[in-house]
Amino acid sequence: MSPAIVADGLAAAYGGRLIWQNASFTVNAGEFVAVLGPNGAGKSTLFRLLLGLLPPAAGTLHVLGESPRRGNPAIGYVPQRRNIDADVNIRGRDFVHLGVDGNQWGVGIGPAVADADGRVDKAVAAVDALAYADRPIGRISGGEQQRLLLAQALAGQPQMLLLDEPLASLDLRNQIVIAELVASLAQANGFTVLLIAHDINPLLPIVDRVLYVAHGGVAIGKPNEVITTEQLSRLYDAPVEVLHDSHGHMFVVGLEAESAHHDD
Amino acid sequence: MIEPTIIGALAPAAAPYFGWDLVRDGQELFRYGFMQHAFEAGTIVAVSAGVIGYFVVLRGLSFAAHGLSHIGFAGATGAVLLGAQPIVGLLAFTAAAGAVMGALGQRLRGRDVVVGIVMMWSLGLGLLFTALYKGSASLAIGILFGEIFGIDSQQVVVTWVAGVLTLLAVLVAYRPLLFATLDEEVAEAKGVPVRGLSVAFMVILAVAVSEAVQVVGVLLIFALIVAPAAIAERFTTRPIRGILLSAALAVLFTWAGLTVAYYAPYPVGFFITTIAFWSYVLARLLSYLAARRGAARPGAWREEQVRHSP
Repeated sequence: MSPAIVADGLAAAYGGRLIWQNASFTVNAGEFVAVLGPNGAGKSTLFRLLLGLLPPAAGTLHVLGESPRRGNPAIGYVPQRRNIDADVNIRGRDFVHLGVDGNQWGVGIGPAVADADGRVDKAVAAVDALAYADRPIGRISGGEQQRLLLAQALAGQPQMLLLDEPLASLDLRNQIVIAELVASLAQANGFTVLLIAHDINPLLPIVDRVLYVAHGGVAIGKPNEVITTEQLSRLYDAPVEVLHDSHGHMFVVGLEAESAHHDD
Repeated sequence: MIEPTIIGALAPAAAPYFGWDLVRDGQELFRYGFMQHAFEAGTIVAVSAGVIGYFVVLRGLSFAAHGLSHIGFAGATGAVLLGAQPIVGLLAFTAAAGAVMGALGQRLRGRDVVVGIVMMWSLGLGLLFTALYKGSASLAIGILFGEIFGIDSQQVVVTWVAGVLTLLAVLVAYRPLLFATLDEEVAEAKGVPVRGLSVAFMVILAVAVSEAVQVVGVLLIFALIVAPAAIAERFTTRPIRGILLSAALAVLFTWAGLTVAYYAPYPVGFFITTIAFWSYVLARLLSYLAARRGAARPGAWREEQVRHSP
């Protein structure tokens, strides 16, 4: 399988400060990778590099066979955010629409409009959001907003999804629902997914590998290789214990309190 | 330049009256050149103010727009002092300030104090220029409160050019501007030049503000730039409809204000702001009632329950 992301000796710096370095890893096409690590470790910075918004401080990076470039239509991006302001009185559908042609000049006219509307409908249906797509996006729940923002990324017909904390500020039930939705969309469309998360639990059943950004470096591995008491305690620089239940699920104890707050 | 008239459009001797013969009323309204000019320029100004105002409200730049117009006061009075048209100085100052505000971009949000302090000094400068000009205070009053009945045919042409240019700019930038307004981070990742658009938008806004100052003056700019858009934004969730409604409301406020001011011996700025104010109050009342009706529906109730359940 051809690699979707190849990083070799990659380093990231922001505002003159080196955040992490010596990152060499490969993400295969169609892989679902959870990006984990403590606050400020540079998870979002990795996304900025992949999106071409920040040049590498050192090393090389290839995304879908080419150097990162801003505006690459093959990448669907959902940035980290708090809930959208309740005052935003714009239909969710119009947000999704921006993902189709928001980067093109002028107002959409002619047959392009029907085509764009069709893509919006498809994306909204894919995330099962038809029931509230016509309501103001500020007035729907956090989980519903997250679905529509995901639909916005889908509407751009990407090959790769970069999702920055899509599960933050959702309750546990919705975290699992959204994670499973992303996984099923990825499987159906062959997307490569990088998903930044704070809490590993809802992702354990669906991730292929875990990318760790911590201690000024980046490491990648299968969950059962790296989600261990020793590794996570080192990663978070705090005592963390990994427990296994009778079904083989892994439960990370010690992060629960943190994941319940989501202050960042 | 026609002496600005702030206490009424006509001398009492020729006082027109409003009757039920609407054809005659219309003829009466457009009998004089100054009224034709007022309607023509006022309409162009209202359309561009309404369109751009929608983005101002969406981008949370109401106070920045307010500040821009005040900064323009120093420019307008300074231009007069140098023997130029007020609009020249108005445009120069608002465009320069707009470009700086635009370059600040997101960092402008929450910088009300900075905008306010620059605005304060500009008003102070304007006061000095007015004093140095030694003209009557009516110059300052005309700039502060507008002098729509003093617009000559040359100014109408300038208004046309500025109005068409601002609308064309919004037309060309529409989709990326909306993208950058609603979802700046994704827009940037998708290749939209968010920084450049921010500067360009503020310069376009500066032009629209400068034009609108002719109608409602520096102090009453909210009536055309913010009030119509704020009302429109409450009544539609679709951007295109919002923009059209905002422009339509701005035109309506202007026409109604001009018409009433023609027949009544009070300033047009009073009527336009009064109509804008009460329209906004009515809009808030209506959307409050609509929200209450919506909340009373059983479906909405269930949804709340689901949302609050863990």
